[in-house]
Amino acid sequence: MLDPKSASAGEKIVTIPFDQPRIDGFPDWFVERKNLAWDKALALPFPARTDQGWRFSSLRATKLDGAVLTQPEFDTDEVLSKSQACKTTSGKMVFVNDTCIHQSGAAEGLQLLTLEEALESHGDLLKEHFMNRQPELGSQKYLAMHEALVQTAAVCLVPKNLELNGPIEIFRWQAGEKVASFPHTLIIAEPNSKVTVVEHFCSLANEQGGHVFGVNDVVAMEGSKICYIGVQDWSFRTTAFHINSSELHRDSSVTHLVMNLGGSAIRGESISRLMGPGSRSDMLALNVAEAEQEYDQRTLQDHVSPDTNSDLLYKNVLADKARTIFSGLIMVQPGAHRTDAYQKARNLLLSDEAEANSMPGLEILADDVRCSHGATSGELDATELFYMLSRGISEAEARRLIAFGFLNEALLRLPNHETELVEMLTARLEAHLARRPASLD
Amino acid sequence: MATAPTNLNIDRNVGNFLYPEQHTRDAGRGLTSKTIDYIVNVKEEPEWIRDFRMKALKIFQEKPMPTHWATNDLENIVFDNIRYYLSRGDTKRTWDEVPDDVKETFERLGIPEQERKFLAGVEAQFDSEAAYSNVKEALSDQGVIFVGSTEGLVKYPELFKKWFGKVIPTGDNKFSALNSAVFSGGSFIYVPPGVKVKHPLQAYFRINAENFGQFERTLIIADEGSEVTYMEGCTAPKFESSTLHSAVVELVAMPRAKIQYITVQNWSSNVFNLVTKRGLAHEEAEIKWIDCNIGSRLTMKYPGVIMKGRKARGEVISIALAGDDQHQDTGAKMVHAADETTSNIVSKSISIGTGRSTYRGLVHVPKHLKNCKNNTECDALLINQGSRTDTYPAITVRGTGNACQHEASVSQVSAEQIFYMMQRGLTEAQAMSLSVNGFVNDLVRQFPMEYSVELKRLIELEMEGSVG
Repeated sequence: MLDPKSASAGEKIVTIPFDQPRIDGFPDWFVERKNLAWDKALALPFPARTDQGWRFSSLRATKLDGAVLTQPEFDTDEVLSKSQACKTTSGKMVFVNDTCIHQSGAAEGLQLLTLEEALESHGDLLKEHFMNRQPELGSQKYLAMHEALVQTAAVCLVPKNLELNGPIEIFRWQAGEKVASFPHTLIIAEPNSKVTVVEHFCSLANEQGGHVFGVNDVVAMEGSKICYIGVQDWSFRTTAFHINSSELHRDSSVTHLVMNLGGSAIRGESISRLMGPGSRSDMLALNVAEAEQEYDQRTLQDHVSPDTNSDLLYKNVLADKARTIFSGLIMVQPGAHRTDAYQKARNLLLSDEAEANSMPGLEILADDVRCSHGATSGELDATELFYMLSRGISEAEARRLIAFGFLNEALLRLPNHETELVEMLTARLEAHLARRPASLD
Repeated sequence: MATAPTNLNIDRNVGNFLYPEQHTRDAGRGLTSKTIDYIVNVKEEPEWIRDFRMKALKIFQEKPMPTHWATNDLENIVFDNIRYYLSRGDTKRTWDEVPDDVKETFERLGIPEQERKFLAGVEAQFDSEAAYSNVKEALSDQGVIFVGSTEGLVKYPELFKKWFGKVIPTGDNKFSALNSAVFSGGSFIYVPPGVKVKHPLQAYFRINAENFGQFERTLIIADEGSEVTYMEGCTAPKFESSTLHSAVVELVAMPRAKIQYITVQNWSSNVFNLVTKRGLAHEEAEIKWIDCNIGSRLTMKYPGVIMKGRKARGEVISIALAGDDQHQDTGAKMVHAADETTSNIVSKSISIGTGRSTYRGLVHVPKHLKNCKNNTECDALLINQGSRTDTYPAITVRGTGNACQHEASVSQVSAEQIFYMMQRGLTEAQAMSLSVNGFVNDLVRQFPMEYSVELKRLIELEMEGSVG
């Protein structure tokens, strides 16, 4: 299928380099949806630079040259032994590409299911919530492709009134050269439940590059609390889409945090849809962009109902020739009165070749609202650096400390009770920054 | 909110009157190469201008409407219905020579009176051509040139050609191409090195004919170390069908020069106002746009400064008032192209009734520059339930050693403030007006006295009918 837009622009003609494989073991309605999605994926044009949703992007993540749909071989025991992060957990799932190799859920009533299982036991729930939200931040084609090709998923159903103490951990391992994978996570928290989910995205071999098209959707029913954390550490040759949509009903709250460390070009999209009064969404990101990495993040805080609250904080540290793009929109729909919405994007540039693009946006169609946004780009504070040097801290260490402190602000916004989790993430960030002694100069 | 004012309507009537058309030159409706031949022949322009216009026409016809980011309302402009050139002869140097109805038009708008009081020079444009143009003798003795664009390009080709179309190339956007094809009127100003023009120069743009398109072209060159302030005002009567105003304004500030460009736009509410304005600031030069948009159906205007020399400075101060069915899509562009350049953008907008105001900004700090700074502040005030406001900035920063910050907020007139004032005996309308005036006050003060008084009055008038 040729894309008329890019062809007319004189660019290289690109296609989806694989066919939709035969679908087995899914109910008819689901197969039908997958087939429709495949037609849509073929029909939709590839993104172009002139699309507003792709402004400033290099489009690197959209290139599929040589991508394949094969299942590589791996050593299950080895993968499982690597899949450890939090000490106490309420459940765990481990995937290699599109295969689930481990699942365990300890807590009573908690359902931690693969897609196949969930379709069997909770068909109606999936009919309602599986990829049923309108994608609108630019990756429609890739979302359709995901829907058509998704093989399995982590479906997490938290029953009414259940409050889980330890986090649920999901490990996503990417294996094989140029292999495309479609990780999918769906969290549904029933009324007044509470759950924290940590998802780790890693490559089995650092020298292998893959193509990831991931979706993580969150549904918070009345009065529930969801905390989702995605730690992205793909190999330096992997391109990835991570697309999130959160739906918040009355009095619910969702905290959605992503930490981007790896990957070559990462496209992140995150939508928070505040559907019920009293709901609150926190959207957080901390990104360390170095070498020639590109982190392209687009967000939407969609206030549908009156009396809702959203707060976004995205922080980028940029070194080497890295590029970041932040495009965020606060949308206050007609009638969504008494909205409180905030958005802050901050960039710390550590090198002369780095580039930070910020597009904070507001669209306000209601009144009696309080909305503000801010975006800053700057360098290391010379006085802070001097202070540390004068106390005998080496320059490399001082720069690392400042970068760490800058990013840490986002981790400190996580819910108070998640102390162990914050420690784990802090250690992870520190280790990443310490990895290259002279990396941050 | 305690206050729910309805039926707000600004006093856009100052300019709502018209005289019968008495044009002797008319290029007819629609735009073809014949239109351009007509304009060039009538204006007796040199051949290079004919070529320039023809090239621009081609670019205009090829370029698509920018509706992939801009409002679809642009599709409602019917280019074939527009009259591209209307005039009745030469520019006069004294008001006595100006035809009576034209003179009366400008009298009603207060131009000759203001000229006597505080202006150093005036140009009054009626449809396509300036009806009157005069500059105080003391200034012309110092070598200051203040003439219409045609006179500029004919009489001073070396000065004119050097910068004409250089700050805003013809193909910059569809409407700059349109202007380049059919431009007429506007000002050409040259201020020689070291000359500081104390009083402002003023241009007044008036549309008097229905379905007319006004395409003035202004080029201001401030030579080394000079200073100049330019003010423009615009009005048109309210016609049955829409009118197009599409200007191109280029400013060139040579090293250490200062240019201030002040606009008070009060077009009637069916004018499409699509204007490209940009300045080029050389070393240590300063360009400041002070922009107030009250009228028009749709305004799209993003004054910009390219800071080309070290320590150059750019500033945009902008006030927008969007009433019922109006869309003020305004903003600023700051391109930092040298070390130690600084820019500042302060934008305040008020949306009333079903009005929509949009801020669109671009700040660009490319590679390997040091100590560039940008500050952007946008504040929006929403008055009614149906009012709308948007903010779409884009900020690109490369490398270390630079600092950019952007902040925007949206708010309402606080119910407590209104209550407090009403409790002390003010009517609700007076309280609203006071509150709104307070919101824009710090910016209004940056306008010259005469304009700031006028602006305050306009806002008060607006609020008078506002609470029902």
